[in-house]
Amino acid sequence: MNSLELLKHFLDLLKLAVPETVVVLTALFVLAADLVALRGLERRFRFIIGGMIACLGCVGGIVWMLISHTHENAFAGMLVVDPLTQLVKIALLALTIFTILLSMESDFTTHVGEYLALILLAAVGMMFLVSAEDILMIFISLELTSLSLYILAAFNKRDIKSAEASLKYFLFGGMSAAFTLFGLSFVYGLSGTTNLPEIAAALAGKGLDPLLVIAIVMVVIGFGFKVAAVPFHLWAPDAYQGAPTPSAAFIASGSKVASFFIFAKVMAVGFTGKEINGVYELAGSGAWHAYAPGWVPVVAILAALSMILGNLVAIVQTSVRRLIAYSAIAHAGYMLLAIVSHNEQSLASLIYYAVTYGLTSIGAFGVVAVVEQGTGGEKLSDFAGLSRRAPVVSFCMLIFMLSLAGIPPLAGFFGKFYVFSAAIKSGAPNLGLLWLVILAVAMSAVSLYYYLQVLKQIYVNDMDMSHGAGNSLNLTVLTQVILVLLAALVILFGCAPNLLIGWILAAIGSGPA
Amino acid sequence: MLAWTIYISFIGVLVLMLLPKGNAALARSVALVFALLGLGIGIAAFTQFKAGEILAVADTSWVPSLGIHYHLAADGISLTLVLLTGLAAVAGILFSWNIEHRAKEFFAFYLALIGGVYGVFLSFDLFLLFVFYEIAIVPKYFIIAIWGSTRREYGAMKLALYSFIGSAMVLVGLIAAYVVSGAHSFDVTELAKYPFPHNFQMWAFPLVFIGFAILAGMWPFHTWAPTGHVAAPTAASMLLAGVVMKLGAYGCLRVAMTLFPDGLAAWKNFFAILAIIGILYGAMVALVQKDFKFVIGYSSVSHMGFVLLGLMTLNAIGLSGAVLQMFSHGIIAGLLFAVVGRMVYDRTHTRDLDILQTMGLSKAMPFAAVTFVIASMASMGLPGFSGFAAEFQVIVGAWKAFPTLAVLTGVGILIGVAYTLRVMQKAFFGETDEKEAHAHEPMPPISPQEKLGAVLLIGVSLLIGLFPRILLDIIVPSFDSSLFDWLRRLS
Repeated sequence: MNSLELLKHFLDLLKLAVPETVVVLTALFVLAADLVALRGLERRFRFIIGGMIACLGCVGGIVWMLISHTHENAFAGMLVVDPLTQLVKIALLALTIFTILLSMESDFTTHVGEYLALILLAAVGMMFLVSAEDILMIFISLELTSLSLYILAAFNKRDIKSAEASLKYFLFGGMSAAFTLFGLSFVYGLSGTTNLPEIAAALAGKGLDPLLVIAIVMVVIGFGFKVAAVPFHLWAPDAYQGAPTPSAAFIASGSKVASFFIFAKVMAVGFTGKEINGVYELAGSGAWHAYAPGWVPVVAILAALSMILGNLVAIVQTSVRRLIAYSAIAHAGYMLLAIVSHNEQSLASLIYYAVTYGLTSIGAFGVVAVVEQGTGGEKLSDFAGLSRRAPVVSFCMLIFMLSLAGIPPLAGFFGKFYVFSAAIKSGAPNLGLLWLVILAVAMSAVSLYYYLQVLKQIYVNDMDMSHGAGNSLNLTVLTQVILVLLAALVILFGCAPNLLIGWILAAIGSGPA
Repeated sequence: MLAWTIYISFIGVLVLMLLPKGNAALARSVALVFALLGLGIGIAAFTQFKAGEILAVADTSWVPSLGIHYHLAADGISLTLVLLTGLAAVAGILFSWNIEHRAKEFFAFYLALIGGVYGVFLSFDLFLLFVFYEIAIVPKYFIIAIWGSTRREYGAMKLALYSFIGSAMVLVGLIAAYVVSGAHSFDVTELAKYPFPHNFQMWAFPLVFIGFAILAGMWPFHTWAPTGHVAAPTAASMLLAGVVMKLGAYGCLRVAMTLFPDGLAAWKNFFAILAIIGILYGAMVALVQKDFKFVIGYSSVSHMGFVLLGLMTLNAIGLSGAVLQMFSHGIIAGLLFAVVGRMVYDRTHTRDLDILQTMGLSKAMPFAAVTFVIASMASMGLPGFSGFAAEFQVIVGAWKAFPTLAVLTGVGILIGVAYTLRVMQKAFFGETDEKEAHAHEPMPPISPQEKLGAVLLIGVSLLIGLFPRILLDIIVPSFDSSLFDWLRRLS
């Protein structure tokens, strides 16, 4: 192979990875611009200019993916570009944009360029993660994402809680990475390949090897940490509480979407336990009993535990961030349910759920940030009487909380409905997963209680006058516009779920190249 | 056209949200206009309705991948309840004319609730029905928690959780039915045709039935109702008893019984007994209450027992009695709550019957006393009022289906007379202590809006009582439609 051919190969690869490349270049550009030109400006303007550049980069990536329709599988699954991965990447970039927009108003750091660049790098990691179908590539992108997120969590250097959050997140994350790697090494040992469909083919018909059990359990544990499923959730409440708000929002949204997508992919493609025809059959016909040695019960138990513990512990929280964290654990349980059900509907339901959940939780964190800036705290009592001080923001929070509780016609309701019906379908005709769905529905009824507690503070209770502070909420137009936009999206995707689902189904249906 | 009852309510919500803050009078008038529009549309549809038809309102694909349709339609039963909703909405606003505190929000939540209720009654797609059903839950919470009285946050939360748990049960049953039928449709007319396996019906029927019946105040899941009614502001108690409890009963009929007739046949005795217990228990508890509003709250449980019993008779007369009872109780309970909450409590600031007894209210506010006497007569089931026409049919139906239980129903009616007379006597015709009576500040007179609302509700109750055929002519033919094939099969 001469050098010219090699160059051509690289150019081809680069063409496939245009969105990622654009975002990386934007990250570098933001860093450079901040270093060279923006230093002298006020922090506010640095954030606004830098953020605008970063958003432009993301928009560029989105536009490129919208106009290019590629089906490509480069280097045996190292980089898979098809409508489905494109769609998830577009969602990730959209979540990144919202995170950046929300961070523009923040004042916790003077390292504006670094902060924005890290967000973008984390986004790049997520994008590669989504595209990977090779366990090595999966691991590398997972690390790129995680390392960026650890730093983002620690970014508020003046706050010891931020450091604590980051350290906990890092230690747990490091452990989980070790577990994942260990499990994946077993998988490689058993199958002799790093490519997911080939792994499936190699493992098919082997039955439940004890080594395979260890491998599967390790991988599930590793991903369990990532998605904060019980009993691997312990980092989440502290990380959500201590991290700067935009970082927490990004951990709760973008990271969730990417991790769940790859989790589903590894489980459904890699450990499918049956012969796969064609390269890519994530959304395969999936007869529920025909496949899946081992991991379905494991994940089902994780799902059940997450739903129970997340919802019950959230009830007693007094800090809204911790409340959102525990509710996130519960939502991870619902999403795991989608992974467990593993049929033609479940992947679509998982993506729908994860994306709408991401939008909602960014919005919720946005409101928390507004309240924190106004009152200096994020306890439930700090939200008292918010509806009279900031009716628009309060209405947005109403939408976010009700969507998380699963009240129609909001996106959260339809997501739950879609996941539950996928789960019941996968057990048909004897309704094998019905117990899990009943648990999930019962637990979501419990969840209404604590979401209403937040809304009660906002709408029912009167402001605590003794605080004195907080009469002036620093409500910028930008924040309000973003929050209203997010709330509008939550309503829109709830009232017209087909906008998103039709797109997802079309992407899944387009199948392998 | 009927679909506009829903849209007009939600447009009203938007308009109210955009109104300037602090202008309560404007908010009230706007809300009244939108409620009147909704009622007007309902009446217009009623006059053009041909008995026995299923009026198609709207049907477009909503989520094609799941076969969900935006399918609105109405038969005689839906239309009766739409009329009830319109009347209750207008009356509720007339009786909350004194809301000054955050009035614009109050009426926004109020109209959102009304819109959800219209939606439930008009949905023929069960997914859509469920969506509207849940939309109605949230405003209830806020209306009670913000504008309520006694233990309002407790009552509101209890109500919200009970409703949500009920709807969670319904959701499980609906999804399971959807998957098992394999029909790729949530349309009630489609699903009603599918013969669900017997074993499946045996657990799905009680699941969905109880899920809805919680909201209908079925014993022993009724406990949200008295606390909720008592905590709620007047308009909300009127709506709760008047319309929201009917949502539950309507769901039982339209969803649980229509989809799972085999399960119904197996469980009907069980639920009939629960209904009877509800009638007797509600009446007996109402007999010993000290709080005026609790009496009415428990009487609602008792009267809703008649609805559920009527449903369980599985014959046309019992079922039409149940539907008529839904309408009648909606009107009468609304009136009773209006007297208790608005006319009496807002002026005396007490609902304790022992204190009210000393006030001589029949002299202090004769209009309230007269209204309450009339409402009591209607509630006791005196001929000439709608309650008689409805409960009489239920009892006849029950006599055919369960002769022994029908006797107990009669006992329930007797106790009903007892508690109604007791509360009437205590609240309005107590021994007046002259000194005591004058010790109170003079009470503001009954406002024209209250008089108008009272006349409206009394008039409707009398009209239906004297000419029950107005409604029965559209209710009874509904049972001949294909939706009620199960009824002919079972009876």
